Amino acid sequence: MRHFGLLLTRDLRLAVRRPGQTLLPIGFFAMVTALFPLALSPRLEELRGIAPGVLWVGALLAALLSLDHLLRDDAADGTLEQLVAASESLLSLVLAKVAAHWLLTGLPLALLAPLLGAGLGVPVTAMPGVILALVLGTVCLSLLGAAAAALTLGARRGGILLTLLTLPLAVPVVIFGARATKLVIEGANAAGAFYLLAAVTVLALTLAPLATAAVLRIAVE
Amino acid sequence: MPDSISAFFAMGGYAQFVWPSYVVALGAIALTTWSALRVLRAALSEARRAAVDGSEDA
Amino acid sequence: MVFTWFHRLGSPPHIYRLSERLSPWLTWSTALLIAAGLYGGLVSSPPDYQQGDGFRIIYVHAPSAWLSLMIYSCMATAAAVGLIWRMKVAHAVAASCAGVGAAFTAVSLITGMLWGKPMWGAYWVWDPRLTAQLILLFLFFGYMALRASYDDASRADRLSAWLAVIGIVNVPIVKFSVEWWNSLHQAPSVMKLARASMPASMLVPLLLMFAGFTVFFLAFLSVRLRAEILRREKHSAWVREMVANA
Repeated sequence: MRHFGLLLTRDLRLAVRRPGQTLLPIGFFAMVTALFPLALSPRLEELRGIAPGVLWVGALLAALLSLDHLLRDDAADGTLEQLVAASESLLSLVLAKVAAHWLLTGLPLALLAPLLGAGLGVPVTAMPGVILALVLGTVCLSLLGAAAAALTLGARRGGILLTLLTLPLAVPVVIFGARATKLVIEGANAAGAFYLLAAVTVLALTLAPLATAAVLRIAVE
Repeated sequence: MPDSISAFFAMGGYAQFVWPSYVVALGAIALTTWSALRVLRAALSEARRAAVDGSEDA
Repeated sequence: MVFTWFHRLGSPPHIYRLSERLSPWLTWSTALLIAAGLYGGLVSSPPDYQQGDGFRIIYVHAPSAWLSLMIYSCMATAAAVGLIWRMKVAHAVAASCAGVGAAFTAVSLITGMLWGKPMWGAYWVWDPRLTAQLILLFLFFGYMALRASYDDASRADRLSAWLAVIGIVNVPIVKFSVEWWNSLHQAPSVMKLARASMPASMLVPLLLMFAGFTVFFLAFLSVRLRAEILRREKHSAWVREMVANA
């Protein structure tokens, strides 16, 4: 646990020192969602229908954009090898990396969503639901992304490959998350979609870190 | 007889969907077989080269 | 007894010779089964009472869809065996599966589109089966791309094996999520295979095609696997001996 805390604060501190890299995905998310009204129509009634899709695809792309740094920076300067060698449990290392990634991208994206959602005609009453769906979904994306990042760590053209590997894995989260968001925006009962979204996130939370730890061991040896 | 043959090729008006489907499926079988044979031949000649190089070294 | 069997299964020269011996048998069985299935599907079976002769696409579409999923499961199982028991032959099997699996996933998509046009009026409908096949195709592409981007064969084997294992967990979840997503839109599902009663004149050619495609995969594997084993073992004594005697 102490190990986890140390690694997490280290990653967060590093992120504060590189504000450009940290804020990039968040700015990207804001710009992508702002482009849709410009490309489609300024009418809020029309935008409301596509708001879930815009928010979720935007969040997915923003998360993918930041995944490349999840492990690669540490691998490039040799820190990762040291960390893997020194860690008594690779699992806590993986969880710390995922937690840092989520705190730096997933959480800000979810918190920013109401602001961007307002521009897409999302009613105020739906905002808590929109945030909750994105919180659950981005946790899952960070977990899956970490596995893909570990797989592509030593690969040629790792960045593009990372996207290719993550997208098919992310399909269920996007389906459940966007559906939950759509239902809360329409004011319908979204409980079923939220349960399914939570279920895939819990499944990812139990299985993905184990796979990531095993892959990481192969990747750095 | 020619009538029934042209009826067979017409596929009850679905010819443009049925025949391409069969061509694609059988084509995939032929193509994957061909590529597997090619890869095997290449691997065999590579193994032969490796054997020759190895015996020269020895 | 079991251990010797297991040991032989993991021995590259044994598997090489076994697949060499089985290869002609599998090839001839494939040819016979598919020829019989083609005759049954195109000639002897009656047109469907609703879909007419367009129904005949099922005899190639359904077996390719089945084969693509079977190949993925086979690839993931071999990958898991390779990871758990560090069996080189298992990794060679997994490596042999990817290309042919992607090919048949593509075939099932193309034939599905060709079937969809007369039945739905459009080449592409977001039918849950077609959508799940599309994601399966992406999984195969990801696997092949990951394998291709590592030069070190052992690392490529083990990392791609983990991807295959993660993918096989993902497949049923994708299938469920896509069906759930689609059920909310009430899309037509013409391609339901599970008919209450398919007459024998249709069922027999369909089963022949299923068997033919499955045996084709084994025949393919008996050739492709040998290439994969040779590549990994080209410096070993048994390969050198075999090549010298040939």
